[in-house]
Amino acid sequence: MKVVVEKHPLAIRWFHWLNFPILSLMLWSGLWIYWANDVYRLGWGSTTLLQFFPTSFYQAFHLDHKLAQGMAWHFVLMWAFLLNGLLYVLYTAISGEWRYLLPTRHSFQEAVQVTLHDLGLRKNGPPIRKFNGAQQLAYTAVILMGVGSVLTGLAMYQPVQLGWLTQLLGGYETARLLHFALTVGYVLFFIVHIAQVVRAGWNNFRAMVAGFELKDVDPATRNVLAGPTALPAGDTPSKQQ
Amino acid sequence: MTNETPPAPPAVNVAVPAPASEAAALQAATKRSRRSFIGLGLAGLAGLAGWRYLLHTPEADGLPVGLRNVLDFNAQLTQAYSKHTRLAPEFTKGHARRLRANGDVGLGNEFDPATWQLTVQGYAAPGAPARTQHVTLADVKALPRTEMTTEFKCIEGWSVVVTWAGVRLTDFLARYPLATASGQPILNPAAPPADVARYASFVTPDEAYYVGLEQETVLHPQTLLCYELNGQPLPLEHGAPLRLVTPLKYGIKHLKRIGTIAFTDTRPADYWAERGYDWYAGH
Repeated sequence: MKVVVEKHPLAIRWFHWLNFPILSLMLWSGLWIYWANDVYRLGWGSTTLLQFFPTSFYQAFHLDHKLAQGMAWHFVLMWAFLLNGLLYVLYTAISGEWRYLLPTRHSFQEAVQVTLHDLGLRKNGPPIRKFNGAQQLAYTAVILMGVGSVLTGLAMYQPVQLGWLTQLLGGYETARLLHFALTVGYVLFFIVHIAQVVRAGWNNFRAMVAGFELKDVDPATRNVLAGPTALPAGDTPSKQQ
Repeated sequence: MTNETPPAPPAVNVAVPAPASEAAALQAATKRSRRSFIGLGLAGLAGLAGWRYLLHTPEADGLPVGLRNVLDFNAQLTQAYSKHTRLAPEFTKGHARRLRANGDVGLGNEFDPATWQLTVQGYAAPGAPARTQHVTLADVKALPRTEMTTEFKCIEGWSVVVTWAGVRLTDFLARYPLATASGQPILNPAAPPADVARYASFVTPDEAYYVGLEQETVLHPQTLLCYELNGQPLPLEHGAPLRLVTPLKYGIKHLKRIGTIAFTDTRPADYWAERGYDWYAGH
């Protein structure tokens, strides 16, 4: 029989969905700003693998000549990004949700196994837990990236008043490069995230909107027969008994 | 996000009460799910409407006033937590590089550097007679020379270390005490007298380019009236005979070819702030 199992608390779902438009608009206004000095590329010497960005890219999305507007949007939305991120971290810390999210010493090995499984190179699936090792690493890393974006952003915003921070991050120009690289990181995260959500299916996606998953449970023993992902954190299911 | 069925169902007990009826539970779940999706959709629409509202507030200097107010708030916040005497990092002269000439607004051709004079409009209380003084380049160069190698930061996102030389604005004001209403000199820029003008305005001779600085930046020890760049006399495209240099601000505030400096109580017009940029534009 099917039962309803709670997965994501309401607060986490709010933080998650609020972050989506905020980060999207931060990225978009960031492109308007970056256009004014678009010096980064992927390559070495005179070989360029990827130019950030070709003129056609700016033209296609009308990203050019919007520096002032971009800075204004960026410096308004930064408050939303900062507050949403701070509240999320505070909430996970106080509610105990951090137990599911922070990697353990087994997460790294597990992340490798999960990745191999997802690439079709390993038969055994991820462990039965709310977040597997790969997820723990990814969701923790993306928060650290957020911290990095705020710090590199501040280092560029106030390079004299926060000169110690700017120096710590390698100087004004390095802070800008790091800020850009982190944004590329969000885009890569987003691509993998969407692919995994599609793979994981409707039950998993609905949990991020409605908060619950449906489980197949043996009515006699109440053992989960299929798809449990909302179990307490731990390294292996057997330890959770 | 890999939450698929494992190969063999493990014997894990879920601590949930068995529902009285599976059908009833599923019906309740469907209802809850629908409510959540509608809620998310409505929240999204509300967010979109709010953002559109903000962007359609009346225009204030090239920006919706809603955004402009946040920029001004950010400036007030950074001003409040800033140490106004903090210095921009200085480098050895060997780090200096060529400076790109990036803007020519205010640098019209009808200009004769030989006959140029700096006009300074002293700070006068409302109703008091104007105090205007004309100063030649030789007068400026007779004042103590200050040299500094600092990072010039363009609002476009590039930066370059350059060596500037000129006169500290505070040194200039020590000789020409025009920033105070009473005409008293500013003995200690860190603790200025009460009657110092809150702002200074800088305008090119053709009045095409203009910037405003607040008192803290006017009195900052690294704010220069500059006549040398990288050891050479300032070239025309970089603002000869005299330009403003203030490494606590973006390049847009480093006005080239100063025609008039005016000390005032009201926030002066600023060329780029009128075109959607932050008036403060400080570091």
